[in-house]
Amino acid sequence: MMSHSFRIAWKDLLEVFRNRMGLVLLILMPIFMMVMVGYIYPSDSSVSNVTVALVNEDVGYGGYTNASSTLIAILDTVTSNTDSITLTEAASFDELRTMIQRGDADAGIVIASDFTTSIMNGQQGTITLVTDQSNMQMSATLQAVLEEVFDQLGTALAQQNVQNLGVDPSNALAVVQPYNVETQGAIEGEFTYFDFVAPGIIAMTVMMSVMTGLPVAISEERESGTLDGMMVAPISRTAVILGKTLAQIGRGLLQGLIIIAIAVTIFGVTIHGNILLVFALLLLCVFSFVGLGIVLTSFTKDQETATMLMSTIMFPMMFLSGVFFPVEQMPWFMQAISKCLPLTYVADSLRKVMILGADITMLTTELAILIGFGTVMIAVAVPVFKKAITS
Amino acid sequence: MESNNMIEVKNLTKKFGDFIAVDDISFEVKQSEVFGLLGPNGAGKSTTIRMLTTLIRPNDGTAKIGGYDVIKQDSKVRELIGLVSEKMIMYDRLTAKENLKFFGKLYNMPDSVLNPKIDELLEMLNLSKWKNSKVGTFSTGMRQRMNVIRALLNTPQVLFLDEPTLGLDPQSTVEIREFIKKLNREHKTTIILTTHMMNEADLLCDRIGIIDKGKIVALDTSANLKKTISGNGTTILKLEIPNLTSSLLNTIQSVKCVNSVSQENNSHIKIHATGDDAFDLIIDAVRAKKGKINSIEKLEPTLEDVFLKITGREVRDKADNKIVMKHGPGPKRFSQKQRVR
Repeated sequence: MMSHSFRIAWKDLLEVFRNRMGLVLLILMPIFMMVMVGYIYPSDSSVSNVTVALVNEDVGYGGYTNASSTLIAILDTVTSNTDSITLTEAASFDELRTMIQRGDADAGIVIASDFTTSIMNGQQGTITLVTDQSNMQMSATLQAVLEEVFDQLGTALAQQNVQNLGVDPSNALAVVQPYNVETQGAIEGEFTYFDFVAPGIIAMTVMMSVMTGLPVAISEERESGTLDGMMVAPISRTAVILGKTLAQIGRGLLQGLIIIAIAVTIFGVTIHGNILLVFALLLLCVFSFVGLGIVLTSFTKDQETATMLMSTIMFPMMFLSGVFFPVEQMPWFMQAISKCLPLTYVADSLRKVMILGADITMLTTELAILIGFGTVMIAVAVPVFKKAITS
Repeated sequence: MESNNMIEVKNLTKKFGDFIAVDDISFEVKQSEVFGLLGPNGAGKSTTIRMLTTLIRPNDGTAKIGGYDVIKQDSKVRELIGLVSEKMIMYDRLTAKENLKFFGKLYNMPDSVLNPKIDELLEMLNLSKWKNSKVGTFSTGMRQRMNVIRALLNTPQVLFLDEPTLGLDPQSTVEIREFIKKLNREHKTTIILTTHMMNEADLLCDRIGIIDKGKIVALDTSANLKKTISGNGTTILKLEIPNLTSSLLNTIQSVKCVNSVSQENNSHIKIHATGDDAFDLIIDAVRAKKGKINSIEKLEPTLEDVFLKITGREVRDKADNKIVMKHGPGPKRFSQKQRVR
């Protein structure tokens, strides 16, 4: 039986290799995915090329407006030192709003009319950040950057005030900000966003490869009649399924290999864990999807329906499995769905190995779930497929 | 085997939902016989073949090939049979040789047997030159020859051919038919073929089963089937009437002895009639209506006429757009769709 399965697998792979266009796409698709995901999503909280409009409503206190003008002077210095933020002026809040609506400004800063008054009287001076709600992602980032700037300005001011109260200058910062927070990654080294998305994209591409490859490998044979050629031969039905499974595993692994090579050579991704463990996980990834793919294909009459069904299943999987967005950010019911998807565990364990350098003993839960899912699916697939082809 | 029957079919039935594709059919095929299943598209021919080749399971009834049950001993059956299906069982991206090696290996044939066999069959069907070309580049005629070669790799005792010449050019059609005859003559291969072409069945088959709407409505040798027509006094006439009108057609139809009239073109009609005086009655009727008769011809019955007589319909594809006018009920046309699975 095994020899028949190998024959069928070899034949399937030969067909894949003879399809030039398909081979090119096999290489191009992961490159596109990496480029798109890697560059479109902000790699860190930096912003570039944004314009911030400033409205100074400060009326001053006793003829003085020194608090706001100092602030503006420092802001000017800060922004002129980077080319990421350009500071312009707006006469009023209304003008600021028009500028944002027109797209002339990305955000605004409004200094309250009683700013100097409040500061002079020992009160807090109010600065309002105006954001552009049509671009949430950008607003959030910009808000964080500006808050940080004002936070530092505020700290500097406070430090000076404390110093004026007679505190030793070397201790002034500690009085104002007793805690010093530093951030450090669990693993040493430089990380880019590519490092974060690469494991997910590898898992996803391998999944897509299997899920789109199966309708071609099964439905097309059924439609074109070539499946009959195998079925009239004295071979077991299980051998056919096994052959198809082997071919998909081969194809999936090949695609995984291609995308890892691309990730490492073109996008500078570093694999911190054991490379063999990465391949073992890919193998498990293919294994867990082949059964699912066969079951789904068996339920459909033709290749077109099968392909559509696959896409319908694939898209939610891609978005809910934490490949692009962290699962923790999702509402509880989506998190629950995410926990049921095998792709979640593949992406998760690949990330642990590739970024954190985890070894096999740290992945027992994920491995158990994937092996379990794959085995159950194959066990379901065999009878379902047999029934589908002899109805 | 107790008898020399190679195939024994008893009360075989296949339903697809509410649609009964094959309805309680029974027949036997003797060893080394060429047996034809003749019928229009959708009559149940392919479904019958698919059940006999173990590709689908019947809902009811039994079938035995070489003494083996198609359900309980399906692997045994598969070893005995070869299938030339209506669809091409070939992978376009593989070469002729790669395709044949793949299928041959499924029959556990060692290279020492398989390779000479492939060469021999390619040579026999004039495809040796294309051994290492991809099947995707082949013409329809070449592909069908490949299809036949594939079915013969395991030297089957029973060869099933489902519409073997469908869509082929005249030359390839003749080649395939000659090959089928040769195979039966020289290798004593039992052959069961389906066709909707009357002359093909006539030319190739020892016995013919006429199948319509899932039932076998007649089964005998071609000669005996035709006798059922000429034997009961049916006369088939072909008339050329240049000034043919629909009122003249109606007149002819209403003549007592006329069973059916079919119009072949603007001036030619074919008439089935009974009785010794049919000839006179029809000519009188045409003349009385001022119809001009250019020629009149008495035809020998064909299988087409047999089918027409049994089912009241012609074996034609809908696209032929021929109207069959019967004495009695109005014109009938085919409305069944082709069912393969």
